[in-house]
Amino acid sequence: MSKKIAVVTTVNGDTYDFLCEPQQTLLDVLRNELQLSGTKEGCSTGDCGACSVVLDGRLVASCLVLAAEAEGKSIETIEGMAKGDQLHPLQRAFLEYNGVQCGICTPGTLIAARALLERNPDPTESEVRYWLAGNLCRCTGYDKIVRSVLAAAKEMREARL
Amino acid sequence: MTTILEKSGYNPDKKLKVVGTNPVKHDGVDKVTGRAKFGADLFLPGMLVGKILRSPHPHAILKSIDASKAQALPGVKAVVTRDDFPEQTPGTPIGDLSRNVMAREKVLYEGHAVAGVAATSESIAKKALKLIEVEYEVLPHVIDPIEAMQADAPILHDHLRTKGIAGAEDKRTNVVERLELTMGDVEKGFKEADVVIEREFTTRPIHQSYIEPQACVASTAEDGQMEVWCCTQGHFVVRAQLAGLLNMDVSKVRVTASELGGGFGGKTTSYAEPVAVVLSRKANRPVKIVLTRGEVFRCTGPVAATRSRVKIGATKDGKFTAAEAEMAFQTGAFTGSMFYNAPQAIFTRYDLQNAKAVAYEVVSNRPKVNAFRAPCVPQAIFAAESVIDELAKKLRIDPIDLRLKNAATEGYKTIYGETFGPIGVVETLKAAKQTAHYTAPLGPNQGRGIGAGFWFNRGGETTGSLNIAPDGSVTLLLGTVDVGGSRISISMLAAEELGIPVDKVRAIVADTSALGHNFVTAGSRTVFASGMIVVDAARKAINELCKRAAKIWGVPEDTVVFEDGYCRPASSNVGDFAPLSIADIAAQAGATGGAIAGHSELNVTGAGPGFGVHIVDVEVDRETGGTKVVRYTVVADAGKAIHPLQVEGQYQGGAAQGVGWALNEEYVYGDDGRLQNPGFLDYRIPVASDLPMIDPVIVEVANPRHPYGLRGVGEVPVASTLGAIANAVTDAIGVRPYELPMSPPRLLKLIERAGKDG
Repeated sequence: MSKKIAVVTTVNGDTYDFLCEPQQTLLDVLRNELQLSGTKEGCSTGDCGACSVVLDGRLVASCLVLAAEAEGKSIETIEGMAKGDQLHPLQRAFLEYNGVQCGICTPGTLIAARALLERNPDPTESEVRYWLAGNLCRCTGYDKIVRSVLAAAKEMREARL
Repeated sequence: MTTILEKSGYNPDKKLKVVGTNPVKHDGVDKVTGRAKFGADLFLPGMLVGKILRSPHPHAILKSIDASKAQALPGVKAVVTRDDFPEQTPGTPIGDLSRNVMAREKVLYEGHAVAGVAATSESIAKKALKLIEVEYEVLPHVIDPIEAMQADAPILHDHLRTKGIAGAEDKRTNVVERLELTMGDVEKGFKEADVVIEREFTTRPIHQSYIEPQACVASTAEDGQMEVWCCTQGHFVVRAQLAGLLNMDVSKVRVTASELGGGFGGKTTSYAEPVAVVLSRKANRPVKIVLTRGEVFRCTGPVAATRSRVKIGATKDGKFTAAEAEMAFQTGAFTGSMFYNAPQAIFTRYDLQNAKAVAYEVVSNRPKVNAFRAPCVPQAIFAAESVIDELAKKLRIDPIDLRLKNAATEGYKTIYGETFGPIGVVETLKAAKQTAHYTAPLGPNQGRGIGAGFWFNRGGETTGSLNIAPDGSVTLLLGTVDVGGSRISISMLAAEELGIPVDKVRAIVADTSALGHNFVTAGSRTVFASGMIVVDAARKAINELCKRAAKIWGVPEDTVVFEDGYCRPASSNVGDFAPLSIADIAAQAGATGGAIAGHSELNVTGAGPGFGVHIVDVEVDRETGGTKVVRYTVVADAGKAIHPLQVEGQYQGGAAQGVGWALNEEYVYGDDGRLQNPGFLDYRIPVASDLPMIDPVIVEVANPRHPYGLRGVGEVPVASTLGAIANAVTDAIGVRPYELPMSPPRLLKLIERAGKDG
């Protein structure tokens, strides 16, 4: 067996240390070593977006990041999106506007949508569609996902006024 | 006592408090926080990683398998092959299933499972797969359904003989069955026609493309009892399959359905579950198998390719006089495509009196086809709606008017023998015609298409329990898997019956040991059938509540009535008693006879057929052949929309799947019979930027055989898509595509050829 690599990293503000094989992906370690299974695996080739996480402020497909690269970095996953019992406005909007059907793409889509709103608090429908073009959904036809994101963006803008 | 199936108790005048509202679904918070547990999200102590070795050949004799080197690798705890599965008779459902989950005499498609490994880590399991030595004798293969029907085609199954053709008993063949449905006199009908149009159509194989790959965890004890966790549309069916495959008692197998990350018909059977179970039995430890996306494309799903010919005749004023269809469905390595839906559905929405529909099911060296949302119907309806569009153009009749002129109505007897009750063909067509979309102006290079569609809607074996807790809140145990909103809709029906807020009701999908057998979630049956079960169970519980109230008051049982959540004396003659709420009665349940519950077990009938009409605007780039959907309206009859937002989601999702199927998705095979695009990069399903908002129009023609009038809504929305989109493309480019998908290279060729033809 190949030698394992010791990694210390931060996930949702908590320090984690783990041992991983050199070829293991961040997705694999999040799910199978740390059992943070909110991040989903849909393809392992960076095409579906279900494994979206934020790594040092950058939106990434965690299936395309090696676990060893997480050393010293800060990772944000779906498990850290709600603050205590306060859901993020995006989470609330997805519930209210039914942006969730089966729910498998939801964590990745929420992480990606939050990254969009942090960069662009007032996106057009078209901007939302192109930003989320890497997050595949087979249930909704995207209509209610896009509406949820636009509604959350509006609420967040109004809260800032 | 009449049962709910004989008399649904449907009351159009009932004042609804819960039905028709849009509460947040109770499983929603778990899904937006990452807490929801899907197939791959269960972790058990001591769990091993399972992997499957798959055939690189589309067709080969499996001569020998030597797993000794893999077995000897440190960390490998079990290796299984065909020898670990009991022999099941070839050509029977269980024999086919057994050979599909683990190849036996031959491999029949690229990706066919030949061995399984369980190891302490994924990397060891992968290494072990490479150490398994398999000797194949490669055979010629066949992929295309028409080629597979030819006399000199490579034969997949020695035992196969065509059903439905006289004299075929001694002929080896790939044709599983020929099915012919007829009504009236087709020849006479065509003679009465002023215009007859006959065309041929091709559709390519596609995949359901749920985002969650199949995943399962199996844990088998030394005494043979087993627990299985998996993402499936039907855990009771998985249980029956596992027991059947392994020749064991059904009651010794307990299957729990995880949250389901999409299925669309593709998760109605077992793939890795039996392998995980046998590995677990051999290793005496829990085994988890999660398929890769490549495996999902290569060995699960997919959807039948078709070749078809459709002929329709009409009088000058647009009355259809006869229709005829011949269709071949490619079922993959084993029967099971549900091709028989196609001849039943292809013309069903029109009041044809003379019709003939013939369908063939053909095996070929592809993975065994599985259901996909209205299985085998969109392909058939694509052909029929294309011909009807051409008739409308030729007769210079508005395409909706032409369909209205021929719309089936209540009392119409279909080609498959059902006589329709109240149906919504006319209502959906009229609603489509009234949309602003239908008369909106089109831009340059844009075209508009109309397509009508139909799906039977199903009922089937269903069970459930409604338990009233001591505080009067309610739990529902459902036996049907929730594929994206059924728990909340069914909870709403219980709340409506019991006169309590929906927040007082919690529904769970119970495991297989908690309830009697249920058929899978399929056929748009779940909210309809489980909803029927829950209303029946609620009425039984209400009956019991009344008995308890009578006992508390010391009055005869028949003097108590239940209204709006309270038991009341039927009249002032009974006595002066304050009404008792469910909570009041539940609090005293212990003293009055024990917990209060209702149960129901039925083979649910009375599903109301569903109809829909789609209006699609596309814009075609004549230089690239690329098509963009710019506007889409889905009109469909829900009977009654319990949770309108959920219903809209079904309409929108169905339309989006149709867009992918019509414009882009297809399996691409090389000459070697291997799939060349087994991933989401090369098999591209629609992404958010490919689509516009999709406008849903919910029509409600009540189904009187359901207590709340509802019909299934999951499949009608996909049935209309392909024809509507093809008709829109035709309108945009002036030439008709007869082949799907209308991908840029194919469309470009069509545009160029049309240009040359003048």
